[in-house]
Amino acid sequence: MAQIRIENVRKEFGDFTAVQSSTFTVEDGEFFMLLGPSGCGKTTTLRMMAGLELPTSGEIYIGGEEVGMKPASQRDIAFVFQMFALYPHMNVGKNMSYPLLSQGMSKSDAQKRVREVAKILGIEGMLNKSVSGLSGGDRQRVALGRAIVREPKAFLMDEPLGALDAEFREHMSEELRALHDRMGATTIYVTHDQLEAMQMGDKIVVMNHGVVEQFGKPQDIYDKPATMFVADFIGSPPMSFLHFEGLVLENSDSVVLSGERIAIPTQREAAQGKLVFGVRPEHVTLSDDSKFRGEILATEYLGTSQILTIKTLNGNLKARISSAQRVDVGDSVGLTFNEKTITLFNAESGAAIRSDLNEGSV
Amino acid sequence: MADVELINVTKSFDKEIGIEDLSLQINDGEFVVLLGPTGAGKTTTLRCIAGLEKPDSGEVLIDGQNVVDDSPAQRDVAMVFQQYSLYPHLTVRENLEFPLKSPILNTPVDVMNRKVNEVAEVLRISHKLGNKATELSGGEMQRVSMGRALVRNPRIFLMDEPLSSLDAKLRGDLRVELKRIQAELGATILYVTHDQTEAMTMATQIGVLNNGRLEQFGTPRDIYENPSSQYVATRLGSPRINTLPVSVFGGAPLGATLIGLRPEHIELGSGQDCEVTRIEHLGDQTRLHLRLDDHDVITLTDAHTPIKVGDVIGIAPNNPIFFDASGARVV
Repeated sequence: MAQIRIENVRKEFGDFTAVQSSTFTVEDGEFFMLLGPSGCGKTTTLRMMAGLELPTSGEIYIGGEEVGMKPASQRDIAFVFQMFALYPHMNVGKNMSYPLLSQGMSKSDAQKRVREVAKILGIEGMLNKSVSGLSGGDRQRVALGRAIVREPKAFLMDEPLGALDAEFREHMSEELRALHDRMGATTIYVTHDQLEAMQMGDKIVVMNHGVVEQFGKPQDIYDKPATMFVADFIGSPPMSFLHFEGLVLENSDSVVLSGERIAIPTQREAAQGKLVFGVRPEHVTLSDDSKFRGEILATEYLGTSQILTIKTLNGNLKARISSAQRVDVGDSVGLTFNEKTITLFNAESGAAIRSDLNEGSV
Repeated sequence: MADVELINVTKSFDKEIGIEDLSLQINDGEFVVLLGPTGAGKTTTLRCIAGLEKPDSGEVLIDGQNVVDDSPAQRDVAMVFQQYSLYPHLTVRENLEFPLKSPILNTPVDVMNRKVNEVAEVLRISHKLGNKATELSGGEMQRVSMGRALVRNPRIFLMDEPLSSLDAKLRGDLRVELKRIQAELGATILYVTHDQTEAMTMATQIGVLNNGRLEQFGTPRDIYENPSSQYVATRLGSPRINTLPVSVFGGAPLGATLIGLRPEHIELGSGQDCEVTRIEHLGDQTRLHLRLDDHDVITLTDAHTPIKVGDVIGIAPNNPIFFDASGARVV
């Protein structure tokens, strides 16, 4: 297993730049998520790590060795695709031993390895079965098994659960993560599903338009988004943005929204012009005392909690509150915010403004 | 708009049961959501009301009149499907006008213009009326196909997973929007889905279907807080309710074999010791995977919890619900 380092990697397809100068490091044994909407460059990045695409410029290191221009076969990594391709005329055991035999391993060694891996995956009872009769989950397990037997330096997975329905997907994602925890193999996993990324990843890279927007631990990215894109892409519902114009000085610890002074983390840099006050739904509280007010446009019951859509003079926001609290559409409510969690952004660039909250993360 | 009622409706296909002895009351102005997995009978129910299927037995009443022998057109219902089918060569306005131009309705031009403009405004697509259908985003196309149903002013809207082909963000926006439109128009909607969030957030009443039978009917709050069976309890709530043998905690009512604990109904601190096997930081909260004897338990805690994998913590039930061996609720 190995550390993987991406340094200033760029990929152009003719006039189109798929990935713009990306840099990040996947540590040995990490479960690492490449997250972003379709077309953001996440799959291209993965394919460059695999050697299925060559970078236009920049370096890729696997276990300290620069492999950017090496073909896939010399990189010793395993790729698991969304559509798991198995050999339909071979049984489960043969599907799994095939990569070993084609590398020249003896039949008895290969069988031994296949049995070990089948045990890890819980499919040792079906080694003699035909793959055509298997359920989707078992086919996925066999496809994984075929990748695992080779003991590659890293696993690269491109939306491996994308084709499965929601319930089964949840189950497989837990299984995949548990498998990783047992084997400790470096895994890079591409997804557009922010919840999947938060749930499974040790670290996340968020990409947009070929650019790495942020790189870090899931909770840090959630708490301290570096850009409005990240704040909006992560979280369900995402962060709300209240728009205002003003001047925020360095060391200032409040802003004025619609004439009301609202506390924020101490700012580490000054900003002025069109600004955005970012707040996550669970950090909004209804409070009669507050003079910053809004009107409830919609309520969504979710069991223990409910999501309110609230119209303010600075734009709409979402609040997550207890469903025990009775509120109605049309109510006028006062709003307070958990001041430690607020992020300000520059509306034009979308970049977070540095503060005590996010210093060092953005 | 109208009241719609199903009385003891049964419909099977060859040997497969579609729906069995299903009775359901949809009152004027209500937003009823039928929730269930694939094969539960949701779409069959909808098609029986639309007139696309004829029940083997039972009655379908619209405003008190049995319509089982009426054609779909005679029933005056509007259906919205998962796959929006717009006429690609027509503009948004022409697509919306199309249902009104039918020879039966023969709508005068000024009435048609007024209706199309009204509906476009409600759906917030007024600025796109001149665009070709192919120039729209997925969310806009789905709004236009809803609009085509709305211009008609039918007696009931029947919607078959209309949001499921859209991405998560758009689905979230349209959920709020559809509920707003329904409230604004006072429309009667029967909506089927397998998505519990859609059911909980939009419905005035939810019907939970299981193998062609209606397991429970009630408000989202009723169904979440007072499920009538283990099946219903597992359909709502994410992460799903934990069910464990009653012997794990003791103190169960007579007849109960299973204790049901929603993740938020587990108190951390004292009680039965469990090992923390996995922690997932979801941002707004943290999901804890616990191992209690031979059972997996999932609970929730603060986003910034100090709890680590390998820790041993005590858990105790808080406000549990109980089920008997057949899965029925024991109170």
